Amino acid sequence: MAALGEASGGRDERPFPPGEYPLVVVGSGPGAIQVSYALGRLGVRHAVLSADPAPGGMFRRFPFFQRLLSWTKPYAPAERGSRAYERYDWNSLLADEPEHRSLMPGLMDGASYFPSRPEMERNLRLFAERTGVRIRHDCRWERTRLEGEGEDRTIVLETSDGEYRCSTAVIAVGVAEPYKPATPGIELVPHYVDTRPATSYRDRRVFIIGKQNSGFELASGLLQEARSIVLASPSPARLSVVTHSLVGIRARYVQPYEDHVLGGGVAVLEAAIERIERDGEAFRVVTRPSRGGDPVTFEADDVIAATGFVTPLLDLPSLGVATFGQSRLPAQTPFWESATVPGIFFAGTISQGAAGLKKHGLPANSGAVHGARYNARVLARRIAETRFGVPRARPALASSDVLPFVATELRHAPELFHQRAYLARVVSFEPATGIGDDGVVPLAWFLDSGGPDALAVTIEANGEGAFYPVLYARRDGAVTEHPLPGDELLGFDGPEHRRAIADVLAGFGIAADPEAGMADSGGRAAVAAGPAISSRPEAPAS
Amino acid sequence: MIERMTIADELAGLALFADLSSAQLEGVAHLFDEGWFPSGERILRQGLTGSGFYLVLDGEVAIRQGDRELARLGRGDFFGDISALLGEPPVADVVALGPVRCLHLAATELRDALVAYPTVLFRMLVEQTRRLRNAERWQR
Repeated sequence: MAALGEASGGRDERPFPPGEYPLVVVGSGPGAIQVSYALGRLGVRHAVLSADPAPGGMFRRFPFFQRLLSWTKPYAPAERGSRAYERYDWNSLLADEPEHRSLMPGLMDGASYFPSRPEMERNLRLFAERTGVRIRHDCRWERTRLEGEGEDRTIVLETSDGEYRCSTAVIAVGVAEPYKPATPGIELVPHYVDTRPATSYRDRRVFIIGKQNSGFELASGLLQEARSIVLASPSPARLSVVTHSLVGIRARYVQPYEDHVLGGGVAVLEAAIERIERDGEAFRVVTRPSRGGDPVTFEADDVIAATGFVTPLLDLPSLGVATFGQSRLPAQTPFWESATVPGIFFAGTISQGAAGLKKHGLPANSGAVHGARYNARVLARRIAETRFGVPRARPALASSDVLPFVATELRHAPELFHQRAYLARVVSFEPATGIGDDGVVPLAWFLDSGGPDALAVTIEANGEGAFYPVLYARRDGAVTEHPLPGDELLGFDGPEHRRAIADVLAGFGIAADPEAGMADSGGRAAVAAGPAISSRPEAPAS
Repeated sequence: MIERMTIADELAGLALFADLSSAQLEGVAHLFDEGWFPSGERILRQGLTGSGFYLVLDGEVAIRQGDRELARLGRGDFFGDISALLGEPPVADVVALGPVRCLHLAATELRDALVAYPTVLFRMLVEQTRRLRNAERWQR
């Protein structure tokens, strides 16, 4: 195992004094810790800097009501510490060593399968301590310079402790800066992050701007305290159980919505906020209904702007880092490198700026730990290979092993399940070196990069409740898409799946036995196989 | 507080949304996701399922079948509507020519959006009719 960083010295016991490093990671939340861990295991020497006094990132303070949205199931159909268990544990970070895996369930008090915020903070701190991830805390990144050009370019991170020079930087500071839209009067009211303790809203009229999870989290927490609650934003509230994704209000926060639809006193409105005015100790909120009509004015004792967060990139945009969207995410390549300034990479929730295919409108889970942790591992491998010359392992596969390998990945691979239609396991068929496991890569990169004949294995969803594997076969540079049957128990390695895999492998000249290495499929019912779809249809364009 | 042009402000300047009130523009703006594509990246991929509807905010894209370029689209233009409405994979690639900023709507949400805002539907129909009229030029 490679050393993880620089030795400290002098009176300052913190690691990583200012100076020159091959790579610098900025941040100390789950994204930064995960990418630092993976870089360290690949032997890439680097420094980790954070303005915070301890690990945890956003989880040191949020969610406001102190319990996460992401579950960890203490009792699951897979053994703790196994790869398969990661499907059920959305909060532990990833480790090679068995003793460092699945830390989260061991820290939970049993009250809920949603860890409390302090439990999550402890999970992250413990992972860093046990795996040797070291962080220079209380070191604030303040400015950035770029010196030189091309391969000689140096990124200079100016911090509260001095300058750090590197050729590669990984920014993992979260989408963490409170954002307020330019609504007249919005400066009069606090952002979500400045919400007071719940009891201080007792018997008061509360108006919440925003109908995302943060707005509904506040409404849920204030249901038993507030006299009335209004939630307003221009578009309809979407529910995760309807979108079949993390887009929309999570079930934990749906209670105010039920209160609204059953006439309990909570109002959930589709209206633009025109302006906010002071009215003595209270406020007037002037709204305009999205479907037209006259403005409607609400009186409220408290108004809270649950209007989201942006990415705190400091001066990176002025150095050429392109950003987009309300969250001001940096535009990224499929491997999470700035699309406009090479050498600057992103990890953690910022990695959602590499959106991937968004098939059927469904985003990847890169905005959550259970998605971003896999991105970070793939990113570290990519950086190690392409910027530090660390050779990529490519285990050889016998032709008879390919079908069982693919079937096992479909059944157990957590990165395919959590990052649907976003990360893919690739098996390549190279004339010179034979069949090999190319590991996990972004699906968009596989589709667009070209290369030898290869098979990309993914799990996907259609936004209407179905989960199913999809194989992408690249032969002679053309890619064909092969949806496989779904499975009600999400096993994806039953007899029908194996026959479908064998059919696709036949196109590579591999005669695979569908029953090879087959385990008990547990009586799962396969449903709705789809036909192969060519990426080179013969129909003319319109 | 961050001062910047909102998506609703940008939509207000596009012909497709010229008939909408400011409140309606706010509502439409919140339906879309924003995306950014570097030069050369494929935004739509020929033959792959699950694509959506796109509206170009900045930059230019090429519609391609293999090496053959069929058309170019720019600010205010849209694509992906046919495959989204028919539920079929795109029959051409759409590739960014330089940096491209787009708005994206899932195919499953396009129908509801068009029913909710029929003036947008009408303007899309006019534009598609114009493209159909020009289709012969693509065949040459």
